[in-house]
Amino acid sequence: MLQINPIRKVYDVCIIGSGAGGGTAAKVLTEGGLNVVMLEAGPRLNPDKDFKEHVWPYQLAHRGAGVAAKGRLEFNNEFLAPNGFWEIEGEPYTTAPGTKFRWFRSRIEGGRTNHYGRISLRFGPADFKARSLDGMGDDWPIAYEELAPYYDKVESFIGVYGTKENFPNAPDGIFQPPPHPRCTETLIKKACDHLNIACIPARMAILTQPLNGRDACHYCAQCGRGCKSASNFSSSQVMIPPATATGRFTMIANAMARELVVDKTGKVESVSYIDKSTGTEQRVYARAFVVAASACESARLLLNSRSSLFPNGLANSSGVVGRYLTDSVGSDLAGYFPQLENFPIHNHDGAGGMHMYMPWWLFGKKNDFLRGYHIEFGGGRNLPSVGQFDGVNAEHEGYGLSLKQQTRTSYGAVIGFSGRGEMIPNDKSFCDLDPTVVDRWGIPVLRFHWQWGENEIKMAQHMRETFRSIIESAGGRVMGGTRRHPLPADAAQSAAASLSEPGAIIHELGTVRMGNNPRTSVLNRNCQAHDVKNLFVADAAPFVTNPDKNPTLTITALAWRTSEYLIDQAKKGEV
Amino acid sequence: MAIESVSRRSVLKSITLGAAAGSVLSVIPLQAAEHIHNAIESEKADAPAGVYTPKFFNAHDYKTLQALCETILPADADAGGALEAGAPEFIDLLTSENPDYQSKLGGGIKGLDAECAKRFGKPYLDAAPDQQKQILDLIAYRKNAVADPSLASAVEFFAFLRNLVSDGFFTSKIGIRYLGYKGNTYRLDFPGCPPVPGV
Repeated sequence: MLQINPIRKVYDVCIIGSGAGGGTAAKVLTEGGLNVVMLEAGPRLNPDKDFKEHVWPYQLAHRGAGVAAKGRLEFNNEFLAPNGFWEIEGEPYTTAPGTKFRWFRSRIEGGRTNHYGRISLRFGPADFKARSLDGMGDDWPIAYEELAPYYDKVESFIGVYGTKENFPNAPDGIFQPPPHPRCTETLIKKACDHLNIACIPARMAILTQPLNGRDACHYCAQCGRGCKSASNFSSSQVMIPPATATGRFTMIANAMARELVVDKTGKVESVSYIDKSTGTEQRVYARAFVVAASACESARLLLNSRSSLFPNGLANSSGVVGRYLTDSVGSDLAGYFPQLENFPIHNHDGAGGMHMYMPWWLFGKKNDFLRGYHIEFGGGRNLPSVGQFDGVNAEHEGYGLSLKQQTRTSYGAVIGFSGRGEMIPNDKSFCDLDPTVVDRWGIPVLRFHWQWGENEIKMAQHMRETFRSIIESAGGRVMGGTRRHPLPADAAQSAAASLSEPGAIIHELGTVRMGNNPRTSVLNRNCQAHDVKNLFVADAAPFVTNPDKNPTLTITALAWRTSEYLIDQAKKGEV
Repeated sequence: MAIESVSRRSVLKSITLGAAAGSVLSVIPLQAAEHIHNAIESEKADAPAGVYTPKFFNAHDYKTLQALCETILPADADAGGALEAGAPEFIDLLTSENPDYQSKLGGGIKGLDAECAKRFGKPYLDAAPDQQKQILDLIAYRKNAVADPSLASAVEFFAFLRNLVSDGFFTSKIGIRYLGYKGNTYRLDFPGCPPVPGV
């Protein structure tokens, strides 16, 4: 019997991944008139059903600790917005001997924007020309001034609170008014003023005024659980809806990309993927491809897309796919502040995260390390959570009424500090394909290699000295641990504990980097592959540096810019 | 039953109306509260009303667990204790799911009974109150394990249990009220820190 091939549907653009970069690309490309299909490796999101906003711990049998208490001291407690994990069943990754690496992945529409910290700091002019300034790492192929208009567009569209400060290398943006400081923030700002450390209103993708039909924040401090009223930024609630509204957007959920398939001319013609709901192999065709699967997943997909034209992986003639992997330098310290004991009962919640922070205040000064860090801090009378009382227990010990009373006295008196600093890429930190291990779909998995450099170690020490001086200057005493899990001062004070585990800050990036030189970079200045004209990358993989500014805002701005370039190229018939 | 979604708009509207009528803003509007109730209904569906049947501990060990919980965080004039807060149920549930908890807590309670049998000739529950106090005063402090290393595992058990009892109590309705946490609600504005001398 004669078989008739069904007419193959060819989309204008296929986007892989629905997070900050993929969602932004979907909005900009569809609004620019292109037909877009998106693959997401997890399910669709239903905020009303999936978010545990406003649920009390006692309304859940596990009280937030999660099944088998696996989330007791972790982000992935059961209140967190769904499907962000340190481990995914059937989808392992490996580490080279001697390497520790933690990889937080999401499998849900919107990706990690559902549960990220909403911190929205522009990279500064110096961050784009690091090598020119201090000789380490590399410069970006673009300058701050080229990305600034896209920061403007993103901030105007998603809503970011903050204040104009004219602070060196921490550019102002288009801001909504910030919320008032909490008591803990007022207290710490005074100490910082005394120490000449800048402490200014934070810059967060949370609405303090209504915007584009989204309501303003209602100050429950639970952004990480997901926000049913979309008062904070998430790709799922802010980028995907306008894309959908164009009528030119198709999302295929539960679709795990396996390989980008090239035609004889070396252009990508399709992506093969596993439909996780049926376990079947599928393909989708498009004229251009935007890979936005998160930095390491995007590198993995390229490395797994091997063909006779691209034996080392797609667009990898340079061999640098997976290289230049960095995470933020992290260090934490908690302090105990007796003046907060028995503080008057009041609602301390505020927006979901910090109202104030410390930008890098020693920019341009001579320090014993290069680059810088910012400080996040928080604490006080938060909604009680599991694990939070380990510290008072370890200090007080014993049992009975005095323990109960001491816990009440100390409740709200802890403030924790987190430094987030810039790591300089090194050739010992990268990811490649594990030669033997595959995931449940038969896709080769990533293997991580890591070594912190001397600069990162010195920076983390500086962080802890700074935290100590802030704590003591504010009339507190130093504890160990973090604000969610404070510990007695004698615990966790070793040098090893002063630097975060690689990957743990969840700012991993740089694995498919941009550059003007095709021998040392994968993408050109428009995040288009040097080797493959119709291939673009739109997550944090293209970043050349990992400054002390959380990556998400820059992912969205860069994805917006890349998408406008793609539209322009499509109009000219170039892709 | 279908779960009705409550839009933030309708919630805010009810707050605004309430504000106009002079009511307190920090109360969760009825609709929102009802929605939360529906959302967690399924989580609680399998919990039998009334008596809790332990999933991990046997009857004797569970009674011991209950006694230890209430001793660690007892009721007082200000609030109920760990029993009323549901700490034993919470701890039993986690233990039933986690092999590490099973060896630490299951083994710890049996070890406590063995130690009491050695010292007093009876398990912990049957020991006299001053005998119970005597053993707890030993295992509730790290320094005693330094002085007598044979106590190390019992001290570790008690510290582990104490943390979970705190979790169970201070995340309960009565524990949260006891601490004086205020929030987890909808508000139109965040006024910041109330005026307090010294801060």
